[in-house]
Amino acid sequence: MKQSKILLAHGAGGKLSHDLVKELFLPFLENDILCTLDDSAIIPTEGPRLAFTTDSYVVKPLFFPGGDIGRLSICGTVNDLAMAGAAPLGISASFILEEGFPTQELERIIVSIQQAAREAGVMVVAGDTKVVERGAAEGLFITTSGVGIIREGVEIAGSHALPGDSVIINGPIGDHEAGVLLARGEFSLKGEIESDCAPLSGLVQAMLDACSDIHVLRDPTRGGLATVLWEIANASKVGVIVEEERIKVKTEVRGMCDLLGFDPYYLANEGKLVAFVPQQEAERVLDAMKADPLGRESAVVGRVVDENPGKVLLKTRIGGHRLLEPLSGEQFPRIC
Amino acid sequence: MNQRKRIHEGDRASIMLKEISALVDGHIRLMEVCGTHTVSIFRSGIRSLLPKGLELISGPGCPVCVTPVGEIDRAIALAQIQDVTLLTFGDLMRVPGTSSSLNQERAVGRDIRVVTSPLDALEIAQGEPQRRIIFFAVGFETTSPAIAAAVREARRKRIANLYLLCSQRLIPPAIRALLSSRSVKIDGFILPGHVSVIIGKTPYSFIAREFSLMGVITGFEALDILEGVYMLLRQKKEGRSEIEVQYTRVVKEEGNRLALEIMEEVFEPFDARWRGLGVIPESGLTLREEFKEMDAALVFDIPYEDRKDPPGCLCGQILQGLKRPLDCPLFDTRCTPENPVGPCMVSSEGSCAAFHKYGAST
Repeated sequence: MKQSKILLAHGAGGKLSHDLVKELFLPFLENDILCTLDDSAIIPTEGPRLAFTTDSYVVKPLFFPGGDIGRLSICGTVNDLAMAGAAPLGISASFILEEGFPTQELERIIVSIQQAAREAGVMVVAGDTKVVERGAAEGLFITTSGVGIIREGVEIAGSHALPGDSVIINGPIGDHEAGVLLARGEFSLKGEIESDCAPLSGLVQAMLDACSDIHVLRDPTRGGLATVLWEIANASKVGVIVEEERIKVKTEVRGMCDLLGFDPYYLANEGKLVAFVPQQEAERVLDAMKADPLGRESAVVGRVVDENPGKVLLKTRIGGHRLLEPLSGEQFPRIC
Repeated sequence: MNQRKRIHEGDRASIMLKEISALVDGHIRLMEVCGTHTVSIFRSGIRSLLPKGLELISGPGCPVCVTPVGEIDRAIALAQIQDVTLLTFGDLMRVPGTSSSLNQERAVGRDIRVVTSPLDALEIAQGEPQRRIIFFAVGFETTSPAIAAAVREARRKRIANLYLLCSQRLIPPAIRALLSSRSVKIDGFILPGHVSVIIGKTPYSFIAREFSLMGVITGFEALDILEGVYMLLRQKKEGRSEIEVQYTRVVKEEGNRLALEIMEEVFEPFDARWRGLGVIPESGLTLREEFKEMDAALVFDIPYEDRKDPPGCLCGQILQGLKRPLDCPLFDTRCTPENPVGPCMVSSEGSCAAFHKYGAST
């Protein structure tokens, strides 16, 4: 590794996070399953294939409009399973609590976990708590792991995009990160933006009912839409063209981005997915998505092409184009 | 509603682009002085749409980029003093000094915090009277009025533990220096609209009067920029050299009198050093005599010392429009946003960062 110390940017989900995994973790832990670097690992068994994933949550503040660390810890893991096309079977939740943390707040977080698990149709089936001395953790960190089952015939992976595929998103982007940043109150900005934090397992199962041949699913969390599209373009060795005019961004999110010089394509989402589906199936998938409360604003935003493999081209509103590169070098505060 | 407005935007852009193409004759070089314009030009894909003969070059209007190494070193030296908290805008954290950066200093335990407004400095100073709070004041005419307001407010509230490291700079003297050096060929300037919200139009009149060049004070939306370019080309076609305002919806000829007054009350111009451009007469702002007890450089006795730019780094020439980021041998090799060598790769408004992020091909 180039850097001798871990920087905050190593956790931002962009290029440095990528390098950290590639240069430090993979050389030692390498195996066929881990190396796909998809949101969930797919484990073959004698019966149905299992999807398995884990994620830690260190968001600050713990409570924000539209969610809290508890809701986030369920949605994030459920969504990682869903991005493999898996229906969630069970979740474990592990808590690192800072000495002095108010039990009343902990209760609020647990109730929120209960609620989110109910929405996702999954149970928390195992757990653990550890308490560390004051100052050794900031309030509360949560790690959740999840197992899910992938139905027969479903083959979803970041490397499966094909030229001709349509690219679909289930609504406006950037709400989660914009909401959390605003809730931190660091920018002397007034107003409230609600995080989109939601479990996507139901939506994904409805999409698979409409078309089992979905090629790629990804949730654009850290690093945002731009980074996820870039990762898919690279893993699948295809070019991706998306149109600015079709990608929705709420006015208040756009306004905040304009003020702070942020780009909404790099903001994290916690209730959004990007789907790559064969063009002839796109209408059917879109209809199924629009029938789901979490997919009402779904739209086709782009397509996959042969040209420029590994590159993502954004057609701008005024008819120009630019490349969407992965998030790089920016140090966003902790948002998930 | 929104959707309709945007489709309309595309139509308007294509009409304007046709008119621009019709006006381009031979090779024309326009400088967008300000980093906000550079980023907007990249983001909206304007570069991919302009006719071949029309070249846009980025100028020195990125406050982080023009802050010289010596000034970064001075901020680091201040941060190393006991009981000192250094407050800075985020981009400055990662700009390399001679042997360290504010980011590295924070990693070894110095109290360095990122703020987004000078008013945050006031609050912090009030909330932590036991610490000495130094605000690293960097920016152009757009941020200086707010910094001046914070200084005046600190005086009114008798806050005694707030200091400034004054590193603010002024845009018109930098343009004059660029033009006087005659090293770069420019046909006209896309001038920053937000600076003129404060200073108005008159401070740029020398561009037309003394150098017979044109300038258009321009807004930051894609259509604003296209219109600004169009207005410049019109002038050229008609043989005029004037300063015009495209951004009329917010810019007044005389600027913002209140903001100018408060700046004038707190600060006075001094000969400041710019990265790449050297010392430019009356191009920086420093505290007036009556506020000198807040001047961190004086109070803590850390005078400015000239330092060399990082070896091989072309930021200095890129800021003058003499070189483009792609001309730099370090670009995307040794110098990346993860490991920046020069400030143009650090700042979100730096042209190297923009070339890197939005793709050199566009």
